[in-house]
Amino acid sequence: MQVIAKSRPVASPPKAAGHLVRDGAGLVLILAAGAAGYWLFPDNLALLTRVIAIALLVLSLDLLVGYCGVASLGQATLFGAGAYAAGMACLRGVTEPMTLIAIGAVAGACAGLVMGTIMLRAHGLAQLVLSIAIVQLAHEAANKASAYTGGSDGLAGFSPSPLFGTFEFDLWGRTAYLFGLGLLVLVFIALKFVVASPFGVLCRGIKEDPVRIRSMGAFVFPVLLKMFVISGAVAGMGGALAAISTQVVGLDSVSFELSANSLVMLVLGGLGSLYGALIGTVIFMGFEHVVSAINPFHWMTMVGALLIAVVLVAPGGLGGLVSRLRPRLRGRNGEQP
Amino acid sequence: MSELFRVEGLSKSFGGLAVSREIDLAMNAGDRLALIGPNGAGKTTFVNLVTGQLRPSSGRVVLNGEDVTGLGAVRRVRKGLVRTFQVTRLFSDLTPEEHVTLTVLQRLGRATRIIGRFRGDAEVSAEVESLLRTLGLLDVARRKVGEIAYGQQRLLEIAIALALKPKVLLLDEPAAGVPSTETPRIEQALEHLPPSLAVLMIEHDMDLVFRFARRVVVLAAGEIIFEGLPSDVAANEKVREAYLGNYAHARRVA
Repeated sequence: MQVIAKSRPVASPPKAAGHLVRDGAGLVLILAAGAAGYWLFPDNLALLTRVIAIALLVLSLDLLVGYCGVASLGQATLFGAGAYAAGMACLRGVTEPMTLIAIGAVAGACAGLVMGTIMLRAHGLAQLVLSIAIVQLAHEAANKASAYTGGSDGLAGFSPSPLFGTFEFDLWGRTAYLFGLGLLVLVFIALKFVVASPFGVLCRGIKEDPVRIRSMGAFVFPVLLKMFVISGAVAGMGGALAAISTQVVGLDSVSFELSANSLVMLVLGGLGSLYGALIGTVIFMGFEHVVSAINPFHWMTMVGALLIAVVLVAPGGLGGLVSRLRPRLRGRNGEQP
Repeated sequence: MSELFRVEGLSKSFGGLAVSREIDLAMNAGDRLALIGPNGAGKTTFVNLVTGQLRPSSGRVVLNGEDVTGLGAVRRVRKGLVRTFQVTRLFSDLTPEEHVTLTVLQRLGRATRIIGRFRGDAEVSAEVESLLRTLGLLDVARRKVGEIAYGQQRLLEIAIALALKPKVLLLDEPAAGVPSTETPRIEQALEHLPPSLAVLMIEHDMDLVFRFARRVVVLAAGEIIFEGLPSDVAANEKVREAYLGNYAHARRVA
């Protein structure tokens, strides 16, 4: 009979170092892309800041869809909560930008708590429908409560005070852009730690098989609810950033359309890696900007075609395509795959 | 040895169909019990009732003198009532090492922590490594589960269960679907289970049953029709009938 416990060399040391190198390189790339945007498109910084705000929204959605397997078409609820909270606070005299971001995060987290409590009662398709219902309700609430939200006119006429008391939010949007880029990098680093934590791995397990996780003695609901709160905080910061940079908060920030678009961006970039969320947002919004300028009537058709092409050619998203090609490239260099 | 685990009058019916009927069973620490029976006899239902995946229509489950019938599946696991699955339920994207690490962290109450790395605790790593070594999985510890052999996946199921430090372990067909070349490894793993653990194993492979079990319980149409020594089971008239089909059709509840 075979012996089970053969003496074997101890398993190789953890790959933690490799992860650090890869995430470090990723961060450098994000910063480089951010700096390139700043120098190459000085006239489009408002758009680029919008891209960053939406990237935060898509990142927050990745936490739920990509890491927990919770389907949502209502993520803009959390984004809108942050945007309106920051806008209202600013109108009432809280103008310090960092504080406004914190207010957006708290508002988003609270909205995430409520949304998670409702959505996690259901599964699959019912869960998806609930998310749509929630964003429609939030949209309607924002529309009707015009005394607080400005209704269909939205919130306007607030202006945040200079960043750190020195840097004015200028007409060209330089301060807003750099502020947004800094925020994005910090959030990204924090989320990398979250998804690498025991909690993050537990979430990936829940995504694959909640029954298995329960039979390991772990409760599923509180873990997912916690992720909803984190996701809400991230989306809320995105909303607050949008509010600070545009100094307007409209009903579109809590719309089904924004929710659906954020899911499209996530699928485009690839689920469950955080990088995919960034790639998807940049490609989608960049494509939208360029194509709508070339052909304002048929740009949605082009976006649809792009999406179909990506789903057929690279089902893991564009981010997934990169990691699929990497072993081949390495193989060519003679390294072990 | 003192009694560790007991079920009393455990019954379950779906609609009018009784799938478990008045099952009484007791186990002591160190027990090696095989639960056998024809297909559809209600063996997996029994495991589901015991571990809390299903609620019984009536009856009690008692662990260490405590009635756990009202507790959900998660709380029962935390009290030491652990199962494996007939069809492997693993996370294809994670490695065996990650599976066992997650389980150990969960047992220590640290699996929901946001602060801190998943790996990095020397004590946890040592425990994980020792478990993987015991089950002969060290070689594949860092491969994705989707890439390792089915027999190894079955062994990983056992490793996960053991990482929970159970008192009672219910193995649902640990060798099901494993090619015969790999069954010796499963058998070896079963022989090396902690001696104080009470083990109930569902299995169709009678060779494995005879080698492993010191007591056999036969279930047919949801009720126990035989309980005794492995050597007596084949001679039992009721058991023969059950396997020939007289009990194979569940009777309707009157």
